[in-house]
Amino acid sequence: MEAFDFVAPKSIEAAVSILNENGDRARIIAGGTDILVMMRAGRRLADVVLDVKGIPELDEMSYSPEGGLTLGAAVPCYRIYQDEAISAAYPGLVDAASLIGGIQIQGRASIGGNLCNAAPSGDSIPAVIALNGVCNVAGPNGTRQIAAEDFCTAPGQNALQQGEMLVSVSFPAPVANSGANYQRFIPRNEMDIAVAGVGSSVVLDASGENFVSGRVALASVAPTPVFSRAAGDSLAGKPVSDEAIREASELAMADAVPINDMRGTIRQRIHLIGVLTRRTLNNAVERARGG
Amino acid sequence: MTLSNQVLSEVEYNVVGKRPVRPDGVDKVTGRAQYGADVKLTGLLHAKVLRSPHPHARIRSIDTGKAEALPGVKAVITAKDLPFAALSREELGGDYNRLKFASDHMLASDKVLYKGHPVAAVAAVNAHVAESALALIEVDYEPLEAVVDVRAAMRDDAPLLHAELRTSSMGEIGDKPSNVAAHLSYEKGDVEQGFGEADVVVERELTTASVHQGYIEPHNSTAFWNTDGQLNLWTSTQGAFAVRAAVADVLRLPVSRIKVTPMEIGGGFGGKITAYLDAIAATLSQKAGAPVKQLMTRAEVFEASGPAPGSWMKVKVGAKNDGRLTAVQLEVAMDAGAYPGSPVMQAMTCAFACYDVENGKVDGYDVVVNKPKTAAYRAPGSPQAAFGVETVMDELCQQLGLDPIDFRLLNAAKEGTRRIEGPVARRIGFVECLEAARDHDHYRTPPEGENSGRGVAAGYWMNRGFQSSCVITVNFDGTVSLIMGSVDIGGTRASIAQQAAETLGIAYEDVKPMVVDTDSIGFTFITGGSRTSFATGLAAIEAAESVKAQMVSRAAKIWDAAEDDVEYADGAVRHKSDPELRLGFKDLARQLATTGGTVAGQSNVDPAGEGNSYAVHLADVQVDPDTGKTEVTRYTAIQDAGKAVHPSYVEGQIQGGAVQGIGWALNEEYYFDNSGRMMNPTFLDYRMPTSLDLPMIDTVIVEVANSGHPYGVRGVGEVPIVPPMAAIANGIHEATGLRLRSLPMTPGKILEEQWERNGG
Amino acid sequence: MPGVVHVQAKINGEDTNFLCEPRQSLLEVLRDVLGMTGTKEGCNDGNCGACTVVLDGRIVDSCLVLGVEAQGREVQTIEGMASPGGLHPLQQSFLENAALQCGICTPGFLLASRALLDAEPDADEGRIRHWLAGNLCRCTGYDKIVRAVIQVSTAPEK
Ligand SMILES: Cc1cc2nc3c(=O)[nH]c(=O)nc-3n(C[C@H](O)[C@H](O)[C@H](O)COP(=O)(O)OP(=O)(O)OC[C@H]3O[C@@H](n4cnc5c(N)ncnc54)[C@H](O)[C@@H]3O)c2cc1C
Ligand code: FES
Ligand code: FES
Repeated sequence: MEAFDFVAPKSIEAAVSILNENGDRARIIAGGTDILVMMRAGRRLADVVLDVKGIPELDEMSYSPEGGLTLGAAVPCYRIYQDEAISAAYPGLVDAASLIGGIQIQGRASIGGNLCNAAPSGDSIPAVIALNGVCNVAGPNGTRQIAAEDFCTAPGQNALQQGEMLVSVSFPAPVANSGANYQRFIPRNEMDIAVAGVGSSVVLDASGENFVSGRVALASVAPTPVFSRAAGDSLAGKPVSDEAIREASELAMADAVPINDMRGTIRQRIHLIGVLTRRTLNNAVERARGG
Repeated sequence: MTLSNQVLSEVEYNVVGKRPVRPDGVDKVTGRAQYGADVKLTGLLHAKVLRSPHPHARIRSIDTGKAEALPGVKAVITAKDLPFAALSREELGGDYNRLKFASDHMLASDKVLYKGHPVAAVAAVNAHVAESALALIEVDYEPLEAVVDVRAAMRDDAPLLHAELRTSSMGEIGDKPSNVAAHLSYEKGDVEQGFGEADVVVERELTTASVHQGYIEPHNSTAFWNTDGQLNLWTSTQGAFAVRAAVADVLRLPVSRIKVTPMEIGGGFGGKITAYLDAIAATLSQKAGAPVKQLMTRAEVFEASGPAPGSWMKVKVGAKNDGRLTAVQLEVAMDAGAYPGSPVMQAMTCAFACYDVENGKVDGYDVVVNKPKTAAYRAPGSPQAAFGVETVMDELCQQLGLDPIDFRLLNAAKEGTRRIEGPVARRIGFVECLEAARDHDHYRTPPEGENSGRGVAAGYWMNRGFQSSCVITVNFDGTVSLIMGSVDIGGTRASIAQQAAETLGIAYEDVKPMVVDTDSIGFTFITGGSRTSFATGLAAIEAAESVKAQMVSRAAKIWDAAEDDVEYADGAVRHKSDPELRLGFKDLARQLATTGGTVAGQSNVDPAGEGNSYAVHLADVQVDPDTGKTEVTRYTAIQDAGKAVHPSYVEGQIQGGAVQGIGWALNEEYYFDNSGRMMNPTFLDYRMPTSLDLPMIDTVIVEVANSGHPYGVRGVGEVPIVPPMAAIANGIHEATGLRLRSLPMTPGKILEEQWERNGG
Repeated sequence: MPGVVHVQAKINGEDTNFLCEPRQSLLEVLRDVLGMTGTKEGCNDGNCGACTVVLDGRIVDSCLVLGVEAQGREVQTIEGMASPGGLHPLQQSFLENAALQCGICTPGFLLASRALLDAEPDADEGRIRHWLAGNLCRCTGYDKIVRAVIQVSTAPEK
């Protein structure tokens, strides 16, 4: 790895000013589980590396049943699933946080890093999209919000501009009779990159028999994670049924535009999107019904 | 020991067959054991290798000027710095091609033959500087078309790797250059007639992908070329003497100028026999005048150490309606990688060794392709052949409506069976393994769950003898030092110490085994081929016998008795007729100092009595029809160990080999892009099984004594990797009705097969 | 040209000062700067767990931590696992159950297993297999490793 300077700013302002000064030659390290691998392989270069874990806003989680969850961008996965209140309120997020890498990786890897790394296969991103996550961004011109589905723009590229950083991700408070689930397909059972992944969330009516709304997002089937609006919208107002879920899964499959590569073929990936959409919607329904 | 791990023993000993804690264990659980990467020397430099980005290219020029000028860089070398560059074809004569291959394998001279082929190396004050220097070396390549598929490489119009390589076929040399280095053939009886007599014939083509041994410790070497011209190497190897010979060959040195110290080794499985780094580190050290340490990265391990070959096979078997085999035939082509030397001969000899059949024919091709030169991997050649043969046999059983174990019992090789290539089996335990499988709870309980199935497959490995040397010296406190040249990869210090202790009749704890450098012990062949507990064990037994004889003569001297009147029994010497005269081993040891000094036994062996190994595996699998993913839900491996010296480590070999086989079966493969570049040189994308992918691996150790060893020991380390691929393929067939004929049997392939069956 | 940085950390309970370059990983610092070679490198990219250490109470892959990130934090390595009085029960169990062959993966497995049993003393086979999935072993097939951990766990034997 080429030599670089290391700084650990303690405030957003300090971090933003270093980022703004150094442009592309400044790299943020949160958990380091992507950036160090990339720098070692020469795929990212840096004159200065900023450790953002010491900035309070990036290292905090705050949750209330009314206000929802604000998740600091650098909070490692394990803190999410070790928090009982958050685990109970956002099991769909926990699904993703507890399958990134193995236990060692989860001790470091953050949801913010997963989003900023913007891999098509990033496991938390479909879950964040399904849960209506919003990215809170700080930059030289102040703060702004970006919907999670708009955050990734190309493989390895995100919507952040020069000098900007991700501070946190906000999730609305879960409404009654809602549920979410993320599942991926990998050839092994752990330590693998998603061949395809689907995050789904649903809101049911009070009877638990009808869909009020749904959101579906896909991993590893396009240059970025895909928000399959059509799949989610198709559920609204329909009775919960295999038929409705099958229709949604077909719409999700139609939104998948994968490539052939060593991890899978186009046909396999589209097929898996169908399978996983069905499985995650069924699971989300079960959770919404309190299962 | 649990019911999950059974040992079916017929003979019990005092120490052999017990499960003591290994002597090097405490160092390894506390982090103190010194592996190759842990070597520290004053003034140590760090080396990195520049490797070819192309799978096939001509090197037009290499400019190292800028790298040499980088501050902190101490030496840069290319193939020009190896002795071969200065040797003429006339000088080398018939040895020219061999040495060119060996030297070019270390550092390419005129051509690179695989992505990862070394072209230059740098020694610098630290690894980061060395890496920066690599980026400053300018290599002008002329890229050439590459070929990575074994069958494509055999075609007449295939790109040629070596202008001078011609096919050697049964003693004849071909008349034009070819990627086919060799064609071998064996025949027994008359296959045409045999197939003519058959009621059922099954013939199939199959392929297997390149796979890697996957040892967790990357290759490493530290070299110090002293000013007196003496070369010291500290390295991770399965054979210190093999490294010494390889380095002596490439560097044109007498072996006496090289001392190799084998460090603790973090796995090898055959892959740490070839010396990849040692000659480079030595040459850099010579040029820099300082010690040089070199470590491979994981990507380098995948791209530039030796995988096991990919293969293509055509298997044909014929049988009567009652299940009796009438003829068998195999054609197999194996990719050797960039230089000749695939284990195709072993594939041919192992393929049908489980079966007693009148008529058989095997043909094999050793083919060079633009991949790293292949290396040994546990039972080299046999797993590929077994995948072909054992899945086709399963299909035959299915067509005949026969139970796979009954079918194998009917046709099993046994004492007296002559293999296709000639040798006649001595006492072997294949029938006993099949019976143990048939009687096992696993076989008597149906597989659990939906979409599940069970596969059965057998495997064979011949095992090896070769030379080993051991010294046993008696310490005055009654312990003995056991000095050997066999490196310990998985508990052989323990298993050899047990054999010495058993022979001497002393406690295991009183034997202090140690593995030493090449200057400190006689020539000892590698740890590999399932030979160490057998052959080095024999050397230890003989050295112990020599100690016993000397203890007898020392006692005779002390007692002023005739040697013939003194005998050694149960760890003591005693006078045959005077019961008063008896000295325990420790008591006599205490008197050695004052009666002429210590005694030492030494032995060199080159035994021929290795006993063949057989195994039978049972695999239960469950296949998710939606995703094509296979889970192994239950697994039992049955194997004849002759005598398990340390049953825990025998079980460990069986379990480890079976799991490597499970990886080979389901997910592991070198994935090449269209131009022949490996795309997955990481543990993320080269998917070896994790703990979460596996059930417990149950074992049954069958003990049919090998008559070539006093305690009946057979090698155990190789054969466990032979049956798993076929066992799992056969299980997948039972679960899904699909016959997978190409490894690995990934979820994607299973989905494709399902779609094809269901009409696209 | 960036230089070296002074870092102060607690390593196996000892206050430790060292100098390192920012680009050096914690793994490099432990092995090359501090001479603590018990922590092993198998891949240098987070996939094998051989370099597992405990950082502020959590297991991490030290190849994916910068040495400078250890500033003010607490690191535990294999060298600190046994006490002067003897081996940790897991170390003893690994020895007795032949849970190591070549031993290169062993320090990582031991630290990961200890972290599991410290948090969940009654972890069962399924939980152990899940927890250890970030540690690769190529020699043993995991069977004897999992058994060695089960033996120390208080989970009822199945
Ligand atoms: C062995 C292994 C297994 C893995 N398994 C998975 C897996 O199963 N699923 C999966 O999705 N991923 C996986 N990953 C990838 C990685 O762990 C995840 O993407 C993780 O979420 C990244 O988080 P991090 O905190 O480590 O990010 P870092 O590596 O610290 O950062 C990632 C990128 O985001 C940038 N960045 C980080 N924080 C910010 C911020 N606040 N503002 C702006 N930019 C920022 C960094 O500069 C860098 O470019 C794996 C990685 C490894 C090494
Ligand atoms: S060396 Fe760190 S995970 Fe492999
Ligand atoms: S014991 Fe060798 S890798 Fe685990």
